[in-house]
Amino acid sequence: MTYLFETDEHQALRRQAARFAATEIAPHAHAWEEAGEFPRQLYRRAAEAGLLGLGYPHQLGGGGGDLTHVLVAAEEMVTAGHSVGTVAGLGSHGIALPPILQLGTREQKERFVPPVLRGERIAALAVTEPGCGSDVASLTTRAVRDGDSYVVTGSKTFITSGCRADLLTVAVRTGGPGHGGISLLVIEGGTPGLHVSRRLDKTGWWASDTAELSFDGCRVPAANLLGGEGMGFAALMMNFVTERILLAGQCVAIATLAHREAVAYAQQRQAFGRPLCGFQVIRHKLADMASRLAAARALVGEVAVRHIRGEQPVALAAMAKNTATDMCSFVCDQAVQIHGGYGYMRQCLVERLFRDARLYPIGGGTREIMNEIIAKLEGY
Amino acid sequence: MKILVTVKRVPDPEQKIKLKDDRIDLSAANWQLNQFDEYAVEAALRLTEDARNPATRLGEVTVVSLGPAEVQQQLRAALAMGADKAVRVDSRDEDLDADIVARTVEKLVRRDSPDLVLMGKLAADNEGNEVGQRLAGYLGWPQATFASIIEVVEGGKALLVGREVDAGVEMKKVRLPAVVTVDLRIVAPQAIKNGRTPPDHAYPEGPRYASLKGIMAAKKKPIEELTLAQLAIQPTLRVRTVSVRLPPPRKAGIKVSSVQELVDKLHNEAKVI
Ligand SMILES: Cc1cc2nc3c(=O)[nH]c(=O)nc-3n(C[C@H](O)[C@H](O)[C@H](O)COP(=O)(O)OP(=O)(O)OC[C@H]3O[C@@H](n4cnc5c(N)ncnc54)[C@H](O)[C@@H]3O)c2cc1C
Repeated sequence: MTYLFETDEHQALRRQAARFAATEIAPHAHAWEEAGEFPRQLYRRAAEAGLLGLGYPHQLGGGGGDLTHVLVAAEEMVTAGHSVGTVAGLGSHGIALPPILQLGTREQKERFVPPVLRGERIAALAVTEPGCGSDVASLTTRAVRDGDSYVVTGSKTFITSGCRADLLTVAVRTGGPGHGGISLLVIEGGTPGLHVSRRLDKTGWWASDTAELSFDGCRVPAANLLGGEGMGFAALMMNFVTERILLAGQCVAIATLAHREAVAYAQQRQAFGRPLCGFQVIRHKLADMASRLAAARALVGEVAVRHIRGEQPVALAAMAKNTATDMCSFVCDQAVQIHGGYGYMRQCLVERLFRDARLYPIGGGTREIMNEIIAKLEGY
Repeated sequence: MKILVTVKRVPDPEQKIKLKDDRIDLSAANWQLNQFDEYAVEAALRLTEDARNPATRLGEVTVVSLGPAEVQQQLRAALAMGADKAVRVDSRDEDLDADIVARTVEKLVRRDSPDLVLMGKLAADNEGNEVGQRLAGYLGWPQATFASIIEVVEGGKALLVGREVDAGVEMKKVRLPAVVTVDLRIVAPQAIKNGRTPPDHAYPEGPRYASLKGIMAAKKKPIEELTLAQLAIQPTLRVRTVSVRLPPPRKAGIKVSSVQELVDKLHNEAKVI
């Protein structure tokens, strides 16, 4: 199934992304997930194939297109590439660059964005801290102005691509408490005082590295401040909508793949003298999975269209994320069940998808925070 | 250089074949560009660009397909890769055979006078491997089949074509205009030397990916629509499909315990030695 909004161009783009993922990712998917990393060179390849720059303006080396194009290409990367962690790592610039585009000066954009879209530099976003995640407004990493630079002290955690990022968009406190005191600084990898303190082991998303970072009197040129002091929080909030739609889209993609695997297995595996599909219970399981998948896809498609039309579908994006993450966890769990013991084994694709799925109700705003947003905007 | 590339849509070779009424059931086929034709498009693009500045075209690539309206999708895919224009000759797959296709392309070649016709060595559906040879015959042009290397020589008047044969690579010089069919290694990083792209330039392996920009641009490129009648082609089939049957399913194998037993079985049961 595809999204209702798709045109021939979306279909053509799907085929390109699928071919890329099938040749460049799928053959290595299992190995990269087990190794906890994919080769850096893949960024370049994805850039050459026109996939890294999707959704970014041509002037900055992007590929053009809007959120709907990013959504379908990302789906094929997952369904044809079979490695969610790789796609997550390849896409970390998707949260790191938008604040630069939004707040950055022309000079900052031209300096930071094109090398990332060419696949030469890896970008990451660092907001979450050991002491605060959902409550972004309480972050404590401090940046103190000293002449032409800011001196940054504090730590960040759970940072996707943080272990090898060349460029980090970092949320820091330049002012007083609360969201008004938060600013965004671009900090380059290798800046003295910036350390990768830990590479974190996770439930899923293994091929994507996740870092704990420390900033120990890290001196950053003041020219790397995005917008003015105190403008960070609003910029982050703006981009959360796109991020949530894309995460919901990833859930649709993962569930599509898990469902496909489950159908194939149910048709081929024999028990009691017939294929699993010969049992109504199994057919109905697959039907339930397909139904929830279709519903989530419809909602994700709708919110994406509203977003590109210029609406600010904040509550609907939160609803779509919760709908899609719950659906994805359900579908992957059922896919494991249909695979029986094989579904619990490490070399089995649905086993990995089941683990990957667990992240989505947590990352990019938790299920509970989504409900807070919905409740607040609905005015309960 | 003006190049005409023929492309055909084929059902996804990975898909399982189903039969219905003695025919292959294509109702649920997932159609795609024949892979060797995609390689021919890539080869044509590499011949007509300077890789240092691929946006500036040094020649013209026209893609041609015979097929129903849906084949537009495959033509657009070739245009999205960078081909300049397309021609579709309206026809149904079941009304075509290699000879009709060759005669149709001959008409187009006589009309448009390209310097080179590039084709895939075969189509993955029936693996016919005859249209290129027939076309060269009808045109009275030199041909080089199964090309894995193409080099433009004599100031663009001839091609040096490397063909993979059992004993190695056979080099052939063909004067233009000519018909060349390509094999899979034609998309190796340095398989094509066009005299403009620096000879040490290495392309990424394989046919290029169409960017979203290319896909959008393809929407605006012209696709000329023709009928067989407009090209005065008599659609008389020389090949008729009588029936199609799947090969018998393979029986389970056995393990032999010695070379002697293997030889005995091959001699007495399989009767192959
Ligand atoms: C694999 C992975 C990758 C990540 N990548 C990045 C990244 O690249 N950059 C980045 O900055 N961050 C990243 N994160 C961090 C992620 O965004 C946070 O984990 C998430 O926002 C939740 O924050 P927390 O972990 O501190 O949980 P907490 O905020 O401590 O929440 C703990 C629990 O309490 C609940 N809770 C909190 N507040 C409320 C409330 N008001 N009402 C009800 N319940 C509440 C939460 O829903 C949750 O269930 C990543 C996380 C993971 C796991």
